[in-house]
Amino acid sequence: MTLVHYLVLSGILFSIGAVAVLVRRNALVAFMGVELMLNAANLTLVTFARMHGDLQGQVIAFFVMVVAAAEVVIGLAIIVSIHRTRGSASLDDANLLKN
Amino acid sequence: MPLTSLAWLLVAIPLVSAAVLLVGGRRTDAWGHWLGVVAAGAAALLGIGILLELLGQPGEDRIHSIHLFSWIPAGDLSVDAGLLVDPLSMTFVLLITFVGALIHIYSVAYMAHDDSRRRFFAYLNLFVAAMLVLVLADSYALLFVGWEGVGLASYLLIGFWNHRTEYAVAAKKAFVMNRVGDMGLLVAMMLMFASIGAVDFEGVFAAAAGTNEGVLTATGLMLVLAACGKSAQFPLQAWLGDAMAGPTPVSALIHAATMVTAGVYLIVRSAPVFEGAPTAQLVAAIIGAVTLLFGAIVGCAKDDIKKTLAASTMSQIGYMVLAAGLGPIGYAFAIFHLLTHGFFKAGMFLGAGSVMHGMGDEVNMRKFGALRRSMQITWITFGAGWLAILGIPPFSGFWSKDKIIEAAFVGDGWQPWVFGPIALLGAGITAFYMSRLFFMTFHGKARWNDGTDTAGGNVTEDPVQHPHESPALMTVPMIILAVGSVALGGLLAIGDTFTHWLEPVTGHVEHHEPVLPIPLLIAATIALVLLGAFLAWRQYGAAAVPVAPPRGSVLTRAARADLYQDTVNETVFATPGARMTEVLTDADTSVVDGAARGLGTGAVGLGNRWRRLQTGFVRSYASIMVVGVVLAVVVVLATRV
Repeated sequence: MTLVHYLVLSGILFSIGAVAVLVRRNALVAFMGVELMLNAANLTLVTFARMHGDLQGQVIAFFVMVVAAAEVVIGLAIIVSIHRTRGSASLDDANLLKN
Repeated sequence: MPLTSLAWLLVAIPLVSAAVLLVGGRRTDAWGHWLGVVAAGAAALLGIGILLELLGQPGEDRIHSIHLFSWIPAGDLSVDAGLLVDPLSMTFVLLITFVGALIHIYSVAYMAHDDSRRRFFAYLNLFVAAMLVLVLADSYALLFVGWEGVGLASYLLIGFWNHRTEYAVAAKKAFVMNRVGDMGLLVAMMLMFASIGAVDFEGVFAAAAGTNEGVLTATGLMLVLAACGKSAQFPLQAWLGDAMAGPTPVSALIHAATMVTAGVYLIVRSAPVFEGAPTAQLVAAIIGAVTLLFGAIVGCAKDDIKKTLAASTMSQIGYMVLAAGLGPIGYAFAIFHLLTHGFFKAGMFLGAGSVMHGMGDEVNMRKFGALRRSMQITWITFGAGWLAILGIPPFSGFWSKDKIIEAAFVGDGWQPWVFGPIALLGAGITAFYMSRLFFMTFHGKARWNDGTDTAGGNVTEDPVQHPHESPALMTVPMIILAVGSVALGGLLAIGDTFTHWLEPVTGHVEHHEPVLPIPLLIAATIALVLLGAFLAWRQYGAAAVPVAPPRGSVLTRAARADLYQDTVNETVFATPGARMTEVLTDADTSVVDGAARGLGTGAVGLGNRWRRLQTGFVRSYASIMVVGVVLAVVVVLATRV
């Protein structure tokens, strides 16, 4: 298994995540798509860290995880409260901000 | 301290009085008119004091320049405000303040029933102050201040009863036509600054001799245009007749002592400029000659007593402008005629006001007649003015007008043979229309409704008139002016007193022989005057005057319509001007506004398009981002290859 395989896997994961965000209506599923994309990015970072033989990529991957955790905390809170008030977790129902 | 240095008080007194009356408002109603009279009177007394002081000095020392303050220090151009006290300006000062004060006194009674009498006196004072600035100024710039000041005051006074639309329109007309003339003065000042670099009299006159004749001619022509506007000369004379909308004392003030004399003053004052510009001088003389006939012809057909007098003023000022245009030989006589005219015309206007006062504001002479019995003082004082304007010796007008006619016959080539006969003919026509006015008003059969002849089935809708003499406040000024009309001319003409008095300003002029002998000219003038008066007597004194005006000949109808001057102005200037304005307005709304509006609509339309993209659907935003990223990647990869 060469490093290229990791990069290809990362691309595949990212695409799956992106498609999930674009296609699925449920906010939770879209959220999981986002997580998938973040992890695909992490995989790439780690892969490149191995290629260069230093720790920069790994450190950045940690940062991404921290950001993702924070994002999940805020995001889930918003989704839950939207679901409570509107009785739905559909992304298309939550377009009030355009006004 | 010499009184001369107090000359600024001449302007300050009436100005402060006007300010007090205008700012004080209704609180000054009770005594405001007396304040106005006192202000005018004080200025007159101060003027007489300065005159006596000047008379005590030898001729050459009678020119005093009084520096007041530095007014416009602007780079190369520095204009100081200063007064010029010399025989010419003092002649005007005395005319303005003395006749002005008499008119003020008269107005106390004439305007007694007007609610806004106080405001009226404020404007009168303002008028006097502005006119004094005009004649006392030592530079064209300060003169212009007075020039505009009298324009404003005349606008306020002509439109004094502006609750009547046509009066307000008359005031506006006077104002606008005056502005046309004012452009002349402005351009003249610009030319002076451009060519000489100064606008004060001293600097301009000193440099005038060495200045290019073309520039001087242009300056002179512009000054003549300015004079045309203020002095109601052809072709800017149409406002004068309409100016009769103001109360009668205003007409007396405008016509006799202030406003319309300003043009003559300007030309005589600018003598050194005109010396270097014979063409401009000739134009002034031609305009004077044209106006003198124009006014006289119009005067023959008017039935409104005040409009006849207005036409007469136009014609008499025409004489003065003609004299001023004749050059040095005419300057002194122009001013002399202006002075005597000031007295007899003011007297006649006040007389006309007295007649209107007695006849319930009726101005149609066809409804007067036989007023001499009920208004004897008015009859006698008006008679003095009438004989004076006719030029019957030894009344004032004879001494001044005759000199102008003589001067018109002086010269070379065609000029004396054109100007002379016109001046002579003008005297005859003047005699005709003034006698017509006099006989129609005071002689013949009474044509007003005295309440007795209704028995003959002659039912008239006019109210019953009770003509009566005016109160002493009105008659006394008229008597004083009548005395001036009788005696002033002879007093100043004997021994050429007045000409010598003006010599420091107008220069000494050797006697010139007219192309015809002087006794013949005097005889011809008097013969023509008597003929004119006789014709008027036969038609309007002895014969019955129809109350309804007859249709009249073509000339009469033209004269009634001011020789169609309004129509000409309307067609040549007003209508094309209005059309141009319309076109410009349309261009403004369609092109300029259109462009601005178009930009706005375009931005709004674009915004509406863009707004559609703001769906609020998170997933569509995300797709756009993905598409964007993919495109960016494609572009980057493609450019790398």
